[in-house]
Amino acid sequence: MANQGPAYYSPYPAATYEGIITPPEGKALLLTEVVDEEVAMREIAKKMLTSNNATIFPGPQVLYAWNDEAKKKATLIKEMAEVLNAKMIPMYDYRPKYPKINPEVEINPNHPNLTIWHNDIKAAIFIGVHCHYANVALKIVRAETDCYTTAICSLSGHEDAMATLRDQHSEELEKFIKVAKEVKAELGK
Amino acid sequence: MTKRTDMTETKNWSGQTLVSTEHMLFEAPRTKHFMTGSEVVKEAVKRCTVDASVSYPITPQSEAAHLIGELWADGYVGAYFRGENEFGVMSEVAGCAMAGSRTVTTTSGPGTLRAMENFAMWSGTRIPVQLILMARGINSPLTIQPDNLEVSYMLETGCMIWYAENVQELFDMTVAGFTVAEKPDVHVPMVTVVDGFFVSHTREAVMLPEDDIAIQPYEPYKAPLPPIDSEMPPGRFLRDPFVMKSNYISYATHASWQFEIRSAIERSIPYAKHFLKGLVEVIGDDDAELAFIVTGTAGLQAKEAHRELAKIGIKSKVIRLKTIRPFPHAEILEAVQGVKNIFVPEFNVVGWLEKEVKQSLYKKSDADIVGGPRVGGGMSMPVEAIIAEVQEKLNAGKGA
Repeated sequence: MANQGPAYYSPYPAATYEGIITPPEGKALLLTEVVDEEVAMREIAKKMLTSNNATIFPGPQVLYAWNDEAKKKATLIKEMAEVLNAKMIPMYDYRPKYPKINPEVEINPNHPNLTIWHNDIKAAIFIGVHCHYANVALKIVRAETDCYTTAICSLSGHEDAMATLRDQHSEELEKFIKVAKEVKAELGK
Repeated sequence: MTKRTDMTETKNWSGQTLVSTEHMLFEAPRTKHFMTGSEVVKEAVKRCTVDASVSYPITPQSEAAHLIGELWADGYVGAYFRGENEFGVMSEVAGCAMAGSRTVTTTSGPGTLRAMENFAMWSGTRIPVQLILMARGINSPLTIQPDNLEVSYMLETGCMIWYAENVQELFDMTVAGFTVAEKPDVHVPMVTVVDGFFVSHTREAVMLPEDDIAIQPYEPYKAPLPPIDSEMPPGRFLRDPFVMKSNYISYATHASWQFEIRSAIERSIPYAKHFLKGLVEVIGDDDAELAFIVTGTAGLQAKEAHRELAKIGIKSKVIRLKTIRPFPHAEILEAVQGVKNIFVPEFNVVGWLEKEVKQSLYKKSDADIVGGPRVGGGMSMPVEAIIAEVQEKLNAGKGA
């Protein structure tokens, strides 16, 4: 069930249980529909620009300067946040926190709903999060919040996000920023 | 010890030319050989740029494990050692894989059960290892007879399960198995099953590509979890905080994590269809009202029964499952359209495949599903037994 809306406390059914899986190469996924990448980019930009407290959640793969591509992506993500009028809250590691996280400054894959609830986030982009933790988090977010989630993934994408782009490297991020600027101008934001 | 740093852009550490899995399976010229299943496991591993293998002897997989050891001695496999027992082996396999190695192991019967806790740990930590499972009996009294009861214990471990019918399919599945298991959106273990003795020890004709090519190495950075090496970029993470701090996590994480493992298996479906040319093989009469649903070497016997039934004017079809996890629900439902009687011949006493089929077709098919015949080890499955089962059903009360 890759549809928006709270499923309350259980992530069941996960999207794959309803036959929705990651999009094929060259395509993107919007809810249950496989679409062209640019179509998805426009919808993601629109959701981010028109939803309250839109936030980008950058993960370890873009938070740490572990290779040149990561550095380039990090710079582009900062630009993306500016274009989308979005805040950034990092998911800087994956370890469960005890006794609790500080939802003002971080998001954690084991209880991502806490950060979304606390900041009343209605649209979010996960980027640079290792796929397993992104999937664990996205299922919880879908089950327990009404946040519209996007996964921008350098690998195969995430069907439990409401929108997902796959094979996204710095070149694709530049394209997304360009599309987002166009959408922003169209919306007069 | 061979290692990744000995590789070039085009050659692996043993000097084999690196090719895609598609090239290995679909394009490379093949020549005919005459080999056992154990020998063909060696040939498959030889062509798969395998970083590590851990072994422990148990019949009938001992020879396959031994032959992988020869590959290490010849420089094809990066690391090879014997574990303390099967529990140790599967734990050490996990360690190799978490460190970013393409890792393979083999086991059978009681070894599978001794190692059982590890299989759910494997999938939970998203390691793409491959286990070649040469099925044998597990029940008391201690037996080394053919039997696939052990597969039923593997069904809910979160591992993919493919089931080869013969030596040729064992080779092809082993090569494809690494590739599908390592897909970033899949990345759960692959259990490639064959019936012990019937495949492991039986010599058959098999078409193999030349051994101067090998598939591309595993890329641990294209993984859904970071490798466990504490110095591995992008940061110093443990791969298993879930395990290390399980008392701190929420119910939601526990639930989501488990659904994610099962989701990963479902994501393997397009890849499995591509490399296996479908999740099932269907042969026989399209308009048959009688079908056999089988896996492994029971497929060979069912195909023979199909031929014998044709001689007496009874149409039938054989639906052979190549994958058990993912279970081919859609393919089975399509194949049984118009079928009135389904028979599930199995090499075990509990009928685990019959249960799977009944669950899959519940309220979706009007066909009557007969679990049998069942052969609980120690013998082959005579075609006569299958035909007798059919006759008993079709001529109820009149004898076979």
